[in-house]
Amino acid sequence: MSLALVNFFPDTTSIPFIKARFAAFGFSALMIVASIAAFFSMGLNFGIDFTGGVTLEVRTEEVIDSTRIDEMRGVLNDLGLGAIELQGLSELTEGSACYGNHCALIRVQPQEGEGLEAEQAQQAANLAVQAALTELYPTIDFRSVQVLGPKVSGELVEAGIMSIVVALVLMLVYIWFRFEWQYSVGAVLALVHDVIITIGMFSVTQLEFNLSTIAAILTIVGYSMNDTVVVYDRIREKVRKFKKKDLDEVLNLAINKTLSRTILTSFTTLVALFALWFLGGAALQGFAFAMIFGIVIGTYSSIFIAAPILLVTKVKRESSEA
Amino acid sequence: MLYFSNWKIGLIAAVSLLGIWFALPNFTGVPGQTVNLGLDLQGGSHLVFEVDLPGVKAERLDGLSQEATVLFRQQPTIPTAANAVIGEEVVIRVARAEDMEEAYNRLQSLSRPIGDGASLTGITARTVSFSRDDEERTIRLSLTDAALIDIRDRTIAQSIEVIRRRIDASGTTEPTIARQGDERILVQVPGESNPQRIIELVGTTARMTFQLVRADVAVGADGQARTPPGVEIIQQDDLSEPFIAVERRVMVSGENLTYAGSTFQEGRPVVEFRFDTTGAAAFGRVTAQNVGRRFAVVLDDVAISSPVILGPILGGSGVIQGNFTFESAYDLAVLLQAGALPAELTVVEQRSVGPGLGQDSIDSGTIAVVIGFIGVIVFMLAAYSMFGVFSNLALLLNVTLILGALSGLQATLTLPGIAGIILTIGMAVDANVLIYERIREESRNGRTPANAIEKGYSEALSAILDANITTLIAAGVLYMLGAGPVRGFAVTLGIGIITSVFTAFVFSRLLVAMWVKGLKPKKLPI
Repeated sequence: MSLALVNFFPDTTSIPFIKARFAAFGFSALMIVASIAAFFSMGLNFGIDFTGGVTLEVRTEEVIDSTRIDEMRGVLNDLGLGAIELQGLSELTEGSACYGNHCALIRVQPQEGEGLEAEQAQQAANLAVQAALTELYPTIDFRSVQVLGPKVSGELVEAGIMSIVVALVLMLVYIWFRFEWQYSVGAVLALVHDVIITIGMFSVTQLEFNLSTIAAILTIVGYSMNDTVVVYDRIREKVRKFKKKDLDEVLNLAINKTLSRTILTSFTTLVALFALWFLGGAALQGFAFAMIFGIVIGTYSSIFIAAPILLVTKVKRESSEA
Repeated sequence: MLYFSNWKIGLIAAVSLLGIWFALPNFTGVPGQTVNLGLDLQGGSHLVFEVDLPGVKAERLDGLSQEATVLFRQQPTIPTAANAVIGEEVVIRVARAEDMEEAYNRLQSLSRPIGDGASLTGITARTVSFSRDDEERTIRLSLTDAALIDIRDRTIAQSIEVIRRRIDASGTTEPTIARQGDERILVQVPGESNPQRIIELVGTTARMTFQLVRADVAVGADGQARTPPGVEIIQQDDLSEPFIAVERRVMVSGENLTYAGSTFQEGRPVVEFRFDTTGAAAFGRVTAQNVGRRFAVVLDDVAISSPVILGPILGGSGVIQGNFTFESAYDLAVLLQAGALPAELTVVEQRSVGPGLGQDSIDSGTIAVVIGFIGVIVFMLAAYSMFGVFSNLALLLNVTLILGALSGLQATLTLPGIAGIILTIGMAVDANVLIYERIREESRNGRTPANAIEKGYSEALSAILDANITTLIAAGVLYMLGAGPVRGFAVTLGIGIITSVFTAFVFSRLLVAMWVKGLKPKKLPI
């Protein structure tokens, strides 16, 4: 009786998700171990927000080819500011300022110093770099300049960690309040799973980990929670309705009933995020990528982790709570 | 769920129209508030300065120590064995044990009540706390916590005042100057992508003094010299004489200035100034006594010029000739006129974006929003046909409401904020998906269309609320703990969540209800 233009799903599905739980747990455990190993062996490629230092995006009239990159690197290394990263930037859209290799990103490592001197040293490094580049290319345009001292970057690290912890705790409390503790434990374990694997992905790919990554992680937490709650909501309903059925059967039924919604919503969100990834400009690419990864992981964890965990935590069957 | 009373329909229409009304100025020539673009989108500089509070505190302790010396010199004098600032305390050791009581009593006058003296507890907080050790003959003075807070708040308030005067006088438009946290000051200057001038204007303490030059002290080219007591060596902004010996004693200081401005003298830019009566009298007296000697105009421990006193300067006004360009003379005049900062300021964070990059970000952000929007709309149409139209109308209203709310609340739209809008577009249809999937399910179970719709909305409500509250919690945490542009993401995400509940659950339901009422469908096109 469906009149929809496209039928994305059969009317009823009965995929045995719960049966696959041991495989899923094993897979997730492997991913988590790999993520933690990557984190400790490779670390994260922290952006300026967390390390401090100087980052500049420049545009020159000249095309920045590898010769020019080397030329810039030579001049900047002579300043004695420590390690300097240089990377050419280009954009695909004709007419945009960076089209045809006219831009470059320059990162100067944080300067050493004690107290306020360290703060002033970053400023001095910025001025030295700008002066040296202006001498090299008189028409150079500094499209963006960021200078962060050790104090602010240190605080941002603290606030970043803090915000993830606070968000997780609040989610735990909320689910506890809305459901029962068995659900709350499952939901938060799934979230921790998502966060660890996302951070592991950043470690393996060495993509820049910055403030927008924290924003992405928090949003992933919110999104994954959202998915989990929808499944849990249905589980609770079915658990009350089918008191006689085995719990794993009830869980499977609930997951299947919400499956079309889970996939459709993930899909619309992914559509929007892919638009952001391809068209949103360089500054938002990292964020978009983290979100896309997180949405996939979050959707997976709601189905394969959050729901089956209820078998372990043993949801009460005779609940009369609302 | 499908019945709407007339006043409810009116309310929904009113909210929608209000949102559209606030969003309109962004699209048409309609006058009104448009979305406030963040510095990363319109270009500009974001600067955070830290106030050197430890420096202010050290100065205050030094002052206490000196005041104590003055008190002990009063008749009958109290001889002291020590009087020094050690760590966070002034430690005074009297020479004779019998003076302890008198010394302790005299020192009490150094502690002053804070504020207007009134407090809720009835106990007035005071500035200094004392501890005495009779055996050691020592008295320790330290600043109370209340005094430290008072010093901090005053220093920051005064600094902000001085910064505001300086920036206003420099002709910069629409700067934001605000306290950030306990000891920082935020300065945002839209449109200024090279903040060096602002940093100099704000970061210069501008403590100006006039001090006599000691020509009899020979200073080496490296600044080394045997300095007699009361003389110091300072740098001079003059290559032919890079160091200069001056008397520590200050003739007149910048606090006595009533006017400073830049002008030309013999074709060169100079700064002219005028003293108040106290300053004029002091300046007149010293110049009259020292005709033929030189004095140094010292700005933040650097001499900017050291002219010879040709005759007594009695009128209380004069000019400073230095190594100036017109702009630097102008800026110095601005600094002097605005007064000195009460503490040293250091830049701890600087983010500046040129107008070109800002415009690029707006362009690519807009394209991403439009394409994301179209993608979601096409997808919803394909998945739900007629009901897809309802949810798409709701989505369109949602984006409009977000823009309206941003304009109305004058919240700032940043680049991450645009990402928040795109994400909201993808996630906002979730509520509709939840409802429609439920309607499908109920319809399959054999309910009539109206009944299935009714059931779909009511059963999906709790999941929709849970889902949105959890995302709202994440956005809230990000807003509280996030910094800078990322907060803009939290703002649009938060606003988007709230508006999406209205559009996806309330507005789309009204559309569906009207459709059911009008067409009385036998089957559901879903």
